[in-house]
Amino acid sequence: MSPSSHTAQLQATEKPAGLENANLVDGLWSDVWRRFKHNRIALAGFYVVCLLTFMALCADFIANDKPYYLNYRGKGYFPILRSFLVGAKLAQWPAELLNVDFKRLQGARALYPPVPYRPTNINLLEPLEPPSAKHLFGTDKLGRDVAAGMIHGSRISLSIGFVAVGIALLIGVVLGAIAGYFGSWVDLAISRIFEIMLSIPTFFLLITIAALLPPSIFLTMTIIGATSWVGMARFTRNEFLRIRNLDYVTAAVALGVSDRKVMFKHILPNALAPVIVSVVFGIGGAILVESSLSFLGIGVPAELVTWGSILQEGSTTTFAWWLAVFPGFAIFITVLAYYLVGEGLREVLDPRLRGLR
Amino acid sequence: MATYLTQRLLLMIPTFIGITLIGFLIMRLAPGDPAELRAAGGLGAAGGAGISLEKRGAVDEAMAQWRAQYGLDKPLHVQYLVWIENLFTLKFGDSFKDSQPVWDKITERLPVTIKLNVWSIFVVYLVAIPLGIYSATHANSLGDQITTVFAFGFFAVPLVWAATMAIVFICGGDFYYLFPPGGLESLDFAEQWPLWKKIQDHAWHLFLPVVLLSYSGFAALSRYMRSSMLEVLGQDYVQVARAKGLKAKVVIFKHVLRNSLIPQVTLLADLLPGLIGGSVIIETIFSIPGLGQLGFESVLARDYPTVLALFTVSAVLTLIGILLSDLLLAVVDPRIAFGRRQQ
Repeated sequence: MSPSSHTAQLQATEKPAGLENANLVDGLWSDVWRRFKHNRIALAGFYVVCLLTFMALCADFIANDKPYYLNYRGKGYFPILRSFLVGAKLAQWPAELLNVDFKRLQGARALYPPVPYRPTNINLLEPLEPPSAKHLFGTDKLGRDVAAGMIHGSRISLSIGFVAVGIALLIGVVLGAIAGYFGSWVDLAISRIFEIMLSIPTFFLLITIAALLPPSIFLTMTIIGATSWVGMARFTRNEFLRIRNLDYVTAAVALGVSDRKVMFKHILPNALAPVIVSVVFGIGGAILVESSLSFLGIGVPAELVTWGSILQEGSTTTFAWWLAVFPGFAIFITVLAYYLVGEGLREVLDPRLRGLR
Repeated sequence: MATYLTQRLLLMIPTFIGITLIGFLIMRLAPGDPAELRAAGGLGAAGGAGISLEKRGAVDEAMAQWRAQYGLDKPLHVQYLVWIENLFTLKFGDSFKDSQPVWDKITERLPVTIKLNVWSIFVVYLVAIPLGIYSATHANSLGDQITTVFAFGFFAVPLVWAATMAIVFICGGDFYYLFPPGGLESLDFAEQWPLWKKIQDHAWHLFLPVVLLSYSGFAALSRYMRSSMLEVLGQDYVQVARAKGLKAKVVIFKHVLRNSLIPQVTLLADLLPGLIGGSVIIETIFSIPGLGQLGFESVLARDYPTVLALFTVSAVLTLIGILLSDLLLAVVDPRIAFGRRQQ
């Protein structure tokens, strides 16, 4: 055998091994992403979600009554950036800019964000203005800019979606894992809790608790999370029931691995697929619930501008159609985007799951 | 069947205790003592802050009396048991708001909500089942894809938005006046109207609330119907039926449809909680005097006895709904193993 053919043989045997390694490195998630990309509708939803997250993160730079850059009396300032530093107590406003209205500074040149208002800017001279070049989405009763309110409101909607679902995920996965792993009477007992949560009119429970306690966003997040975990818990439980009978779990138990480690290190990663799908759907659902709550005027503090609160004003001042159309459409698009991503993920991750949730 | 029924009924006992405990805890969670709240309600907004010492004494005495009357001076677990006992005898106490018996308030408004919800369920099934059949029999066709997109679209439309848009654009206001903005009958509604006119007036008022209450339901249900039908279509016996040379229509409507309708029965129980939540929103927006509106008003007025009664009644009704749909399923489908909800 010549040396060259030997190396060729070596390469031939090495190559598949190398490929296998590459697959291991790529793992499930790159495979999921590769297949997810082919679903155009789901991908569009994903981009909308990214865009909304970006908007929420950069709300202060998109809608702000302070300019990005200000040239005043021959000196340059970056008022938005400085306002963060002032907020963090790292800097102070220069004396000539303390408590001034930037738009009324004489002889100043300034570069403003696309929406030069904050949702808290009340202007009683311009109440209920229809959409115009000055106020893209019009103004509300107190003359606050609706576009600014919506951009900053996306923060509230998204953070409520994420935190509420995070709480629901924690409760749901732990309860579902315990029920599915231990089975028998533990399962029977925990299934009673599921049944209780299924029977309770969740929305009514929500408005009751939210109305009895002082209004606060964190409380609203907690309540929404604490009332919406049943779906995730049931999915987790079913997966655990299935997986705990697999050989590798039996092997782990036989090797003396502790229950907690088997549950959360060995079973959970394999049980996550349906849970992840319901997490994505859950975010959309939580945003819907939050909008209904702030529409009814409970849960979030009254002075806070949210998509639901603008919509509520639209339902009472019926001629001001812009108060109804824009925030509602924003909720719709956001929720739809999450649902489409969820449905796309479901197709990729677990074709056995069906239906809308 | 008998064993299944007993099993289910026995399992309902801990669930029932859980529901009532949550209800009871919520009432405890409420800041302030019910007696004081009731006293404040009796005294009006001033809440007894500015009254003389002499009168304050009288109020305290009345409060003590009231506490004794309702057993609020007893330990918590005794209170809970007393409350359960009252629950079974339908003694929900008097409303804090207007001192009417809570049970009377509920029974007065119950028919309206039932009417609204029964119509909605009817509409949901009427629209969703044919849509689901169409999607499944034309799977992956353009029509199926369009229905899928619409189903998801409708599912994501916030109910409050749809209702607000209806109010702004087609219920008077500055645009069109196609439907009334609220209420259940016209202002000039009279008993001497001929029957058809009464029905017409009712239908005109009910149309929007019913449609709004049901659209998210038919989006969800049509998806379930589609997938359940696709599952049945893949079964061997369907292939046998086709191989025998049965007409496509006969296969679909006689063999497939029946079996794929079975799971839809249980969805009724899943629809209920959503409908109750929707009733709160729709009845509040369209000022329909039903349980949802009563619930929302009572929550805002901190009328605890009414809130608690509504909470418990609707939870128990949903529980019964789940039980009934499970039993119905066991009756319709002999293959169903016991304890479907544990699967």
